[in-house]
Amino acid sequence: MIRFDQVNKRYPGSYEALKHISLEITQGELVFLTGHSGAGKSTLLKLIAGIERPTSGTVLINNQNVSKLRTAALPYLRRKFGLIFQDHKLLYDRNCFDNVALPLYINGVTGSEAGKRIRAALDKVGLLGKEKSMPITLSGGEQQRLAIARAVVSRPSILIADEPTGNLDEEYASEIMSIFYAFQQVGVTIVIATHDVPHVENSRTLTLNHGELQA
Amino acid sequence: MKQWLNQHAQALQLVLKRMLSNKLSTLMMFCVMGVALCLPGILYVIVDNLNRLAGDVQGEPQISLFLKLDIQQDTIKTLDEQLSKHPDIKTYKFVSKDEAWRQLQLTSGTANIANNIEKNPLPDAYFVSPKNIDPDTIERLQKEMQAWRGVEIAQADANWIKRLYSLLELGEKAIWSLVILLGFALVAIIGNTIRLQIMTQREEIEVSKLIGATDSFIRRPFLYAGALYGLGGGLTALILLLGIVSLFNYSIADIAELYASDFHLALPTLIVTLSMIASAIGLGWIGSYTAVGRSLSQFNAH
Repeated sequence: MIRFDQVNKRYPGSYEALKHISLEITQGELVFLTGHSGAGKSTLLKLIAGIERPTSGTVLINNQNVSKLRTAALPYLRRKFGLIFQDHKLLYDRNCFDNVALPLYINGVTGSEAGKRIRAALDKVGLLGKEKSMPITLSGGEQQRLAIARAVVSRPSILIADEPTGNLDEEYASEIMSIFYAFQQVGVTIVIATHDVPHVENSRTLTLNHGELQA
Repeated sequence: MKQWLNQHAQALQLVLKRMLSNKLSTLMMFCVMGVALCLPGILYVIVDNLNRLAGDVQGEPQISLFLKLDIQQDTIKTLDEQLSKHPDIKTYKFVSKDEAWRQLQLTSGTANIANNIEKNPLPDAYFVSPKNIDPDTIERLQKEMQAWRGVEIAQADANWIKRLYSLLELGEKAIWSLVILLGFALVAIIGNTIRLQIMTQREEIEVSKLIGATDSFIRRPFLYAGALYGLGGGLTALILLLGIVSLFNYSIADIAELYASDFHLALPTLIVTLSMIASAIGLGWIGSYTAVGRSLSQFNAH
């Protein structure tokens, strides 16, 4: 599903963020990506999601070479992923319902079909009663759950989360994690970058150290 | 297809909602565009009406041939033949001195004078309409006819027409330069407005791009906004123009009555009106396209 082959990433005028990364993630896996700050966790996630391109090496997503993809084709690649950011990246000028609606609108899904799917996504993260609320009125944990609802509403086969529990206390964090496990149960591939890896069965942990993958 | 329609309907809906929530600034925008578009519109109405007026006065320039008073009947016959064979002449009309005298006595303004004259002082005359009405041809024809036997004076109003037409041409050029200048101004105004809107929606655009929005998805609502500004501006310009022309006609009616004329300013034709609105929409579209294009390339560079 996701394959890295000798991937290097160097930002212009900077050190090498990733060195000789080779890895493979198969469908339905739950993978934790860990390492110190600046180890390259976010960069790796950005390479998977097609937000950054590798300096050398190949990144294959569903046997599609991301580095060879035209710029115009990138948006369509990104739609295969559900992205969750540490800072949520919610839009505070609209209510929960409209926040979750955004990916569907981008895909051209509107009307009652969109409404059904948005409520289903909100239901999965336990925010069904708050569809009319503005995101700013939600707690930190609720905001992150809203971000997850937005990531899963277009039913992506891969979920990518960058420090999804970074700013949350333990109780909220385990709440979020249990939502991820539920998605894994239904066959979604999940890659989570995190500082502290919870002990979970059926999961794999990849550790980055100064841009290199540790065995 | 349904998806495509959906996306457009949704973009349009979004823009209309935004415009409604910013009524005042939308209205201001319409006014700015309306006033700017109205200026060449007014100039057009003036030039168009002068053209019409010139056409009324002298639909086609004529050359008048006044014949010698003591002309013989067979000389007139020769002249008639010359005129009918001439390749540059479209139509010509003979007015005998008796007929002209009758007309002069009937015309209200000159009847008094005519009644005080005992003998008919008028000559026989031909009124000639040339095929080609450009001033050069008329001048050439006039010189040629002046030399014909039996012609006392060949009179052409070429100079007067020449002046009028070059004035009208000047007016048309003024319209076009005004249109081009204001066109640039409108593109800049709309571009700037759209650029400000992009700035306020920066976050939304960034998030949309991250989760897979194409450039055209992001561009679409802004293009609709630009086109709608154009439409609103065009309609405002039309309303302003209608108002000004009818105001003018209202007060001109009194003056025209004094001169026993039913002169009034005619409105631009439907085609001119529609093309004015269409060009306003086009300018709005271009303005926002350039603004969004620039911002998108900045976003992509990040």
